[in-house]
Amino acid sequence: MIRRSAALMIGASITVGFIALAALGLVWTPYDPSALAIADKLAPPSAHHWFGTDQLGRDVLSMIMGGASNTVGVALVSVLIGSGLGVPLGLIAAARRGAPDELIMRGNDLVFAFPALLLAILITAVLGPGAVNAIIAIGIFNVPVFARVTRSAALSLWTRDYTLAARAAGKGPLRISLEHVLPNLTSLLLVQATIQFSLGVIAEAGLSYVGLGAQPPTPSWGRMLYEAQSLTALAPTLAIFPGLTVVLLVLGLNLLGDGLRRPGES
Amino acid sequence: MSAAPLLAIESLRVSLAGSCILDELSLSIAPGEILGLVGASGSGKSMTALAVMGLLPRHAQVAGSVRLQGESLGTMSERELEAVRGARIGIVFQEPKSALNPLMRIGDQVAEAVRLHRNLSKRAASRLAREALDGVGLRAPAGALDRYPHELSGGQRQRVAIAMATALSPALLIADEPTTALDATAQAEVLELLGALARGHGMGLVLISHDLAVVSAMTDRVAVMQRGRIVEEFPTRELGARAHHPYTRALLAAATLEAKHARHSAPTEVVLEVRSVVREYPRRRLSLLHRAAPLRAVDGVSLEVHAGETVGLVGESGSGKSTLLRAILALERPKSGEIRLLGRDFSTARTREQRRLRRSIQVVLQDPYGSFDPRWRVEQLIAEPLYALEKRPAAAQRRDDVAMALEQVGLSARDALRHPREFSGGERQRIAIARALILRPAVIAFDEAVSALDALVRAQILELLAALAQRLKLAYLFVSHDLRVVRSIADRVYVMRQGRIVEHGPTAQLFGAPQHEYTRALLAAMPRVQV
Repeated sequence: MIRRSAALMIGASITVGFIALAALGLVWTPYDPSALAIADKLAPPSAHHWFGTDQLGRDVLSMIMGGASNTVGVALVSVLIGSGLGVPLGLIAAARRGAPDELIMRGNDLVFAFPALLLAILITAVLGPGAVNAIIAIGIFNVPVFARVTRSAALSLWTRDYTLAARAAGKGPLRISLEHVLPNLTSLLLVQATIQFSLGVIAEAGLSYVGLGAQPPTPSWGRMLYEAQSLTALAPTLAIFPGLTVVLLVLGLNLLGDGLRRPGES
Repeated sequence: MSAAPLLAIESLRVSLAGSCILDELSLSIAPGEILGLVGASGSGKSMTALAVMGLLPRHAQVAGSVRLQGESLGTMSERELEAVRGARIGIVFQEPKSALNPLMRIGDQVAEAVRLHRNLSKRAASRLAREALDGVGLRAPAGALDRYPHELSGGQRQRVAIAMATALSPALLIADEPTTALDATAQAEVLELLGALARGHGMGLVLISHDLAVVSAMTDRVAVMQRGRIVEEFPTRELGARAHHPYTRALLAAATLEAKHARHSAPTEVVLEVRSVVREYPRRRLSLLHRAAPLRAVDGVSLEVHAGETVGLVGESGSGKSTLLRAILALERPKSGEIRLLGRDFSTARTREQRRLRRSIQVVLQDPYGSFDPRWRVEQLIAEPLYALEKRPAAAQRRDDVAMALEQVGLSARDALRHPREFSGGERQRIAIARALILRPAVIAFDEAVSALDALVRAQILELLAALAQRLKLAYLFVSHDLRVVRSIADRVYVMRQGRIVEHGPTAQLFGAPQHEYTRALLAAMPRVQV
């Protein structure tokens, strides 16, 4: 049962708002985000262009909306990859201590040993730039995070008496993990997912910034930030709008994570 | 009698969220007097202690007066109360595990308690801490100032908590169920310590407990509490004569627990046989080449349970009884030895055969609050062992089985749809018993199953268990550290110490004429009602 708290309400509204924006951006934007209109370049915010235009005349608002679906998509799928692989690994490590546990944890340590963003850059540089490869690169780093969180929470659940009672009923570790351990981890994993999602947003923006995320003409917040670097004196709004958008989404996700955590704190 | 009371509570009324917790409570303690405050859980005894300390929840509504040495505590500001707490009133709580900060050395914790009230240098405070710890019997090296709480046993930690509470020689000491979480011998020692400290320092002591036997051992007066009010009060030595109120009589009966009548029935077949079981735990390596000898938690234990009989297994913490129980339940494999259930090998059986045998032995665990998955409903919980059957019953049959099990333990079939959190500790243990009954096993193992319950509820559950054993012809293996409980339910008793059985025999014989000195020591430590 989720009690209403300010953090939860604000966080949920922002997150839902962004998802709606992303969904809308898939079907409709005020202008075509890749339509050039050099004549209108570097226009400040106005009635025609709410957020202004960039150096090639593209409508900033449309680019943000178009970029939203890209960014949200990348972050979401990478979290799904991370939890889809990481949670089972964590459950297995906690249920069967000994060799499988050691193997999984050393694998985790191996991935953790590499600086995440550098490895993401390496992977996309090898596999080629683009949204899909960005997903893979970010997703790989979510796996050990989920594995570790799941394992430590599951370990403490395995010491509870009710898993002992389930074993005395003849249930094996797989069944107990699915029936008793995993359901009691859901609120914790949900919170972790929101954290990883917000990190994914930042990571995607970072990859686009160095040119390894979605390629033009697909709009991307990170690339907008990159291109705005050289124009900060001429048109500071070109950096402010995408920057604030990233900040706002991450804030919303973190508040959502916070709000989800408080009632279910066990 | 003419001296001003140390603590005077008058018409204290405490309400929380509309419900009345303390109802016109009046109590007084003379300086140097030891008062026992007895009642079942929920009677308001701990609330009384919190009310005296001014530690009630913020939204509690309080009326009436509490006076310490004539000064009214109710009208004091938070600052003034902070000066009183620790220096003039000390308090010791129930759980030694959570009473101490696990990250602070014990010397620092006691010194901190001292420095909160006296302007002393670190060295002087340390010296005082050393004296306080010596005063509670924790001398070096066991009570060295630089030890951490996790290096001490439960009884030792409770002594540290007592040292913290008495370091500044407060006028009044409140002990709220200080020994409930301890073994019999530790309990006896801590009670003796509290009594000695109170008499030695001339401190008033309020000993709160649900167990009349504990209270009658060393108090001057007894006050019985029920539903927020004192129902009876008299000098302890008149306990037998003046206990009139039915509630007091129930507490008295629950504290004594009548011994089981020896049954003389024909010997029956052995349902559970444990032969020379050894269970070891590896210990930390001493060096790269040197492995430390493993810890033998269970060192060649043999025992037998016959059909329809109740076998008690007595041991204190560290005796290995829980480890033995887990091996008996085939949850852990013993290093050597055999465990045979209904004549068939259990611990070394293959998975399918083992699962089939599991329906003949079930378990009831200690903690009523941790033994259930918090997300499951009662019906699912009780039906869980049905998994061990080859032919699992269909939903309708399952519901009937659960309903029958619930009724057998004194609950109603409608309770199947509720969540365990809606039930009290005693009711939860009934649910746990229903879970153990559903497969109609030959043996039920109980791991300290009544130790976490208060005296009255404990007596009720023991009565239920005795009735069930007789009606359903069940055999019990009852593990407990409390000799009173074992005496009231077991036909035969095994005494376990440091992984070995030191003595065993029929209950009456073991209690009447114990052979081994350890058994005698346990019997001496058993709390008795002094009438």
